[in-house]
Amino acid sequence: MSDLQTQMDLEQQGVLFTTINKLYNWGRRSSVWPMQFGLACCAIEMIAAAASRYDISRFGSELFRASPRQADVMIVAGTVTKKMVPQVVRLFNQMPEPRYVISMGACATSGGPFRDGYNVVRGVDLYVPVDVYIPGCPPRPEALLHSLMTLQAQIDVQALQQVRWYGDDEGVVNEFPIPVFGAEGLEVAGIPGTADPVGGTPKMPPFVSPALGGKGERDASIKALEGNQPKPMLRAGTVTIEEVGHGIAG
Amino acid sequence: MLKTEELQINIGPQHPSTHGVFRMLVTVDGETLVDLKPVFGYLHRNHEQLGEVNTYLQNMPFTDRLDYFNSMVNNHAYARTVETLAGVEVPERAQYIRVIMDELSRILNHATAMGFMLGDMGAWQTALLWGMREREKILDMFEYVSGARMMCNYCRFGGVVRDIDDWFITELKKLMQGLPHYFDDFEGLLLNSEILLARARNIGVLPKELALAYSVTGPVLRGSGVAYDIRKAEPYAVYDRFKFKVPVGTVGDVYDRFLVRIAEMRESYKILEQALEQLPDATGGFINPKVKQQSLKAPAGEAYARVESPKGELGFYVVSDGTGSAYRYKVRAPSFINLSALADMCKGYTIADVVVILGSIDIVMGEVDR
Ligand code: SF4
Repeated sequence: MSDLQTQMDLEQQGVLFTTINKLYNWGRRSSVWPMQFGLACCAIEMIAAAASRYDISRFGSELFRASPRQADVMIVAGTVTKKMVPQVVRLFNQMPEPRYVISMGACATSGGPFRDGYNVVRGVDLYVPVDVYIPGCPPRPEALLHSLMTLQAQIDVQALQQVRWYGDDEGVVNEFPIPVFGAEGLEVAGIPGTADPVGGTPKMPPFVSPALGGKGERDASIKALEGNQPKPMLRAGTVTIEEVGHGIAG
Repeated sequence: MLKTEELQINIGPQHPSTHGVFRMLVTVDGETLVDLKPVFGYLHRNHEQLGEVNTYLQNMPFTDRLDYFNSMVNNHAYARTVETLAGVEVPERAQYIRVIMDELSRILNHATAMGFMLGDMGAWQTALLWGMREREKILDMFEYVSGARMMCNYCRFGGVVRDIDDWFITELKKLMQGLPHYFDDFEGLLLNSEILLARARNIGVLPKELALAYSVTGPVLRGSGVAYDIRKAEPYAVYDRFKFKVPVGTVGDVYDRFLVRIAEMRESYKILEQALEQLPDATGGFINPKVKQQSLKAPAGEAYARVESPKGELGFYVVSDGTGSAYRYKVRAPSFINLSALADMCKGYTIADVVVILGSIDIVMGEVDR
């Protein structure tokens, strides 16, 4: 619509102009159903966001589905441990397209306060692609609402001709490999050497967010984080500042 | 002869009623539960190992994340352990502030825990939303004093990090005016409900002897008829100065545990009233100024201190080798130990009762798996 004023005038008289894309996205953005699935402390704030004070239903997301088959977005709310991550990936694989992931809180994003531990996954994006990250420990319910709005904004600009779940499947990853326990810990797709060794930095780059044009592949622009020797755990009194965030090349 | 075959079902780890990532491997014969194996570890976050690496103060925010409903109580228990170890005096005002926060936590915890349990039973939404409503009010108070809603990180060795002021006390009194009303409403909504009675009475019975044998604590133990409350048995902080009762159940079923929790909220309210009345003025300070928080070194030795958390006996055991961080650090988590009685509580009931019984124990996986 080139003449915005005319369009608005006509809309006031009840004539609606739209495109299929807009209509399609309007329908999708207004009913993003999350999966009812909480991992740790952040899940409590997720429930608080669903309760009456913050009222997530204002954004069309009040229907928490217990089954991944009915969900549109997986809110990874809490610490992902090495024991839990196969289940998280499996749940994500069970979700039908279009599907989104919100990584809620420091833990899901990077391991958070427990990053140095031996059993905590340093970022769920090493295993599934994440669309929106929320910082905070725990993020306030407002932050979760903001992440939903961010997700809606991402949905708004998706075009039917380009979305990864229609058309030919070339280059699209649908099934994400479920990590299994190998000799050195969690292994992805049978690749020896773990993606997430204890004491070092993750050896694999994270998945790129589909919002940035990815099709579910790993981020090739980040140099593989090889050669990072495992660092000893910090002892009290020897405070060094470690790099945080797995996006930093070694 | 007609024979039925036993069936194994996994409940969890992703299940709306498991209160976190918890898996129950149940064996059923028809609808009846024959065996239950709890499988946990899905939220094991190396808490104890990190506690041995961090300095004493650094570990305080980690204790928030144990039982994430009651970070104030966790802080209190941990601070008390280190205070015992290092021989730190706590000013009276700080003790009172801690008691106020603990009792607010108790109300918050029971309100939401009961809401979740009733949600599992099918009283979906109303009870939980009421619980969350009260929780939000209390969280506002926590946020005002500590700066955070959930992860308060409020206690320090020898006191608390910030004093409470007049605004806090006025607002708290306003909040408290609404509480009895909420208790009555909550009770009235549910006590005469046919569904609650049918699903809670004589379900998940935990006999007294068994409860003691499992060293179950908190409302679960008191529901079974044992009047054991650490606030009475070994008064810490200033609990010996308050008048309150320890409610106990008779049968030890889900219903008793539910009643005990409601009665406990009312007792907490009484304690809050008395604490506000007796609260000493600010001249004594709210923190012991002599303690070096960041470089605290405890003399070699060991200490165990416990508090009555809303879920039971929460204790921390710290062994010090004289350095700035613990040599061994262990958490006695009430949820974990109460959970050990789950299998015996569930056997013989139907599979639909399992989630209700689990809800009545009131667990938090952060504390179970640590
Ligand atoms: S980010 Fe913080 S609040 Fe959220 S799960 Fe991790 S520790 Fe808990």
